[in-house]
Amino acid sequence: MAKRHFVPTADRKYTKADFASDQMVKWCPGCGDHAILSSLLNVFPRVGHKKENICMVSGIGCSSRIPYYVDSYGFHSIHGRACAVATGVKLANPALSVWVNMGDGDSMAIGGNHLIHAIRRNQDFNITIFNNEIYGLTKGQYSPTTKFGQITKTSPFGTIDFPFNPGELVMGAQGTFFARALDSVPTLTTDIMERAARHDGCSVVEVLQNCMIFNDKTHASFSAREVRDDRTIVLEHGKPMIFGKNRDKGLRFNGRFLEAVTIGENGVTIDDIMVHDETTEDTGIHMTLARMHGDLPVALGVIRNVNRPSYTELYEDQMDEAMGGCKYKCVDDLLNSGDTWEV
Amino acid sequence: MISTKIKNEMTDNQIQSKEDLVIRFAGDSGDGMQLSGTLFSDASALTGNDIATFPDYPPEIRAPHNTIAGVSGYQVHVGNRIYSSGDKCDILVAMNPASFKSNLKWAKKGATVIVDIDTFTDEALAKAGITENPFSDEMEREYTIIKAPISSFTFRIGQSQGADKKTSDKSRNMFALGIIFFMTNHTLDLTFRYIERKFAKKPTVIMLNKAVLTEGYEYAEKLEVIHSKIVDVAKCTTMPKGRYRNITGNVATAWGLLAAAERSGRRLFLGSYPITPATDIMVELAKNKGLGARVFQAEDEIAGICSAIGASYAGALACTSTSGPGLSLKSEALGLAVMTELPLVVIDVQRGGPSTGLPTKTEQSDLVQALYGRNGEAPLVVLAASSSANCFYWAYNAAKIALEHMTPVILLTDGYLGNGSQLFRIPKVADLPSITPRLATPNDPDYRPYRRDPETFARQWALPGMEGLSHRVGGLEKSPDGPLSIDPENHALMTFNRQEKVNRVANYIPNQEVTGDPDADLLVVGWGGTSGAITMAVEELNNEGTKVAYTHFNYICPLPKNTGDILRKYKKIVVCELNNGQFLGYLRTQFPECPMQAYNKVMGLPFEVGELKDCFTKILGE
Repeated sequence: MAKRHFVPTADRKYTKADFASDQMVKWCPGCGDHAILSSLLNVFPRVGHKKENICMVSGIGCSSRIPYYVDSYGFHSIHGRACAVATGVKLANPALSVWVNMGDGDSMAIGGNHLIHAIRRNQDFNITIFNNEIYGLTKGQYSPTTKFGQITKTSPFGTIDFPFNPGELVMGAQGTFFARALDSVPTLTTDIMERAARHDGCSVVEVLQNCMIFNDKTHASFSAREVRDDRTIVLEHGKPMIFGKNRDKGLRFNGRFLEAVTIGENGVTIDDIMVHDETTEDTGIHMTLARMHGDLPVALGVIRNVNRPSYTELYEDQMDEAMGGCKYKCVDDLLNSGDTWEV
Repeated sequence: MISTKIKNEMTDNQIQSKEDLVIRFAGDSGDGMQLSGTLFSDASALTGNDIATFPDYPPEIRAPHNTIAGVSGYQVHVGNRIYSSGDKCDILVAMNPASFKSNLKWAKKGATVIVDIDTFTDEALAKAGITENPFSDEMEREYTIIKAPISSFTFRIGQSQGADKKTSDKSRNMFALGIIFFMTNHTLDLTFRYIERKFAKKPTVIMLNKAVLTEGYEYAEKLEVIHSKIVDVAKCTTMPKGRYRNITGNVATAWGLLAAAERSGRRLFLGSYPITPATDIMVELAKNKGLGARVFQAEDEIAGICSAIGASYAGALACTSTSGPGLSLKSEALGLAVMTELPLVVIDVQRGGPSTGLPTKTEQSDLVQALYGRNGEAPLVVLAASSSANCFYWAYNAAKIALEHMTPVILLTDGYLGNGSQLFRIPKVADLPSITPRLATPNDPDYRPYRRDPETFARQWALPGMEGLSHRVGGLEKSPDGPLSIDPENHALMTFNRQEKVNRVANYIPNQEVTGDPDADLLVVGWGGTSGAITMAVEELNNEGTKVAYTHFNYICPLPKNTGDILRKYKKIVVCELNNGQFLGYLRTQFPECPMQAYNKVMGLPFEVGELKDCFTKILGE
């Protein structure tokens, strides 16, 4: 059956400026959120959905201020509940293009339940998780993604919480789309967000974002300009998993696990390097890629993108069928159904 | 037909006429007591009785067999004018020793008690904690106890049809029902038709059930002692003309929402999470996706209400249904609905609390939570239904107020109303009051998110997808034009406006009425699901010459405008409620000059007419 598309496309071309709101952006100077906002504003014209059909939904936290800065409909809801609110928005009107923005605490602590269930149902909206591994708006407490042992205001002796990796949650919840971006590489972020928007179903984009006030350089071990090429890999569907400043490093599956190898050393050739397949239904390899750190480069780009009917599609099909085959034409018919009698 | 046979054999003077009759079916959970009760109430309703039913069941689905914990009951009240499911029963059916032991207290003195004597084994008696003769001489004097060998009869019929014991045991309830039908001078044909419908795909079950039902009927016929107990229950004479059906409060609530969606032209959305005793509202709406009901079973109570708030933002008639603990979980989101001034209907089918409390029992103890259970100054509209059938109208009304006044509305029903059933006079949807949502006009240059209607103070509803009306809503304080504001004067103004909007709903609701004897010294005040028992008590006292007046509240917040005028007229006022005085406290803060006292009950049970009459008489004598 052909895919059903529910969001109408605009009959005019938009520019980035069409989506910038008149509100003053109040994030700290140098915050990674500015770059993410800019990427988002670039994506809307590319995707081309009718502007008035775009609905931004957020929770609470620095990142959740985004709806105010986008000139569209927006709902700045309550802490952790953005996915739940977005679910209702999309169910009530499938023609809306729904965007959910959350931070790491918002999405994975207080809102963890809603996040995994939205993913499990393949709710048709685009989730962006701004992951700075800290609670910023409350001024520096550890979050569900803060590194083990890190000292923060509420962990003066170091955290004893093992952090979540958002990618693992997405895979565990049978997600259909997961990608990772870096706030400091806006072109990649924009490309990824566009692909997320074009995905039918629930897309989750984790943007590794820097909070320079409360958790500065938390991602620097791999994101800093001087190490980034060697410590990250941008995955591309159908292409060998190559990275490194000299594009001579690659990922090889040695039968037991993934390893980073150098092409041309120890007899390694390009043919030994794994080719990325974002469409594999099985979550195993995507989970492995999402987990990479330390000796392995941190995976960026679209890690998983599989085709499964979205909740919207399934829901609307069911509604159409139920309404088409309904023996009641109106509520009066229902009221008079079954055993009734005249007095 | 069996009915003809009886008429021939019996003289008319053996049949007693009765204004009303209460039957209580009790047995193990799984003994089919709810079904027996429903079949009896349906047959009674179809033959012209007014009815009310009340299921009384434990939270466990199948507690250990033959234990007190596993006893499930279903009370049916039939007669001429029926307001409640009745206090104590005239006939008790007890399918095992445990149900006999735990339900005898609900039988009137002189009641007929039918037990399945086959189940009174030493083992079952021990499990029920009965150590002596279960039927003492005193009991035998007080009640007519019919020890019917129900299990063995049913087993024999099953055997003759090739059914195993497990299958035939499932039909034991039909034997008891057969006895009841004989005692109430009913024919079996209506119930035969029902059985044929219900088990259409299982012809052997139809055959077995019909045979057992008939056997029970004939068993009763042969029993001398029953012949003096046959009653003809008065048909209802005061019912307005119209088409009727039997309906539970939860189904009525669901249908009221469907009707409101149709009348308002909005899509119906329900975001809910299963919770006793409210689940049936979601179940009923899920069945009716064909009528456009968009039902979403959320991952938790919070997602239930948050999805509804999202749906409301996107233009649906958005609802969420829950019970006490679920309402607690929804508190923060209710504040969001207050702040965003979106239409939302929250149905709280109250149960015994606090915490998990008594999930299957009724109470009115969520009132204060509904009125005040949010952070900040967070006013909203609170309504309460007062009968199973009028849940339809109150659900409809809740939707109307929410859509026309742009406010969340909490509708309080309770387990007694929700699970209980009553006759419902079927309205025409076109005859219901119109509903006009406050939709904004696309590209209206003057649209501002919090600009208010000067009369109602309601803001306009601009939906995502409407051209030229882009705006942001959220939990942060806004200025009337839409942007965020932490300006002190603005916060004071917005707080005032939100309150004033709810207060002004009072301009659109009818005046509070007083029934009974308006010149009485004592005014009885009730609210919500207790109206049946209080109406009976007041009516009976007035008929006996005791002057009592009665006013019953459905509009809780805001109160009808004449509330103070009514309360100030009476020397004595008693506020009756199934909690520790929550409505009383609420009234006292607004009308401190009125002498009000409490009559409270917190037992997980509805009021009994008798206890109310005693209470009112005592107050009048003081």
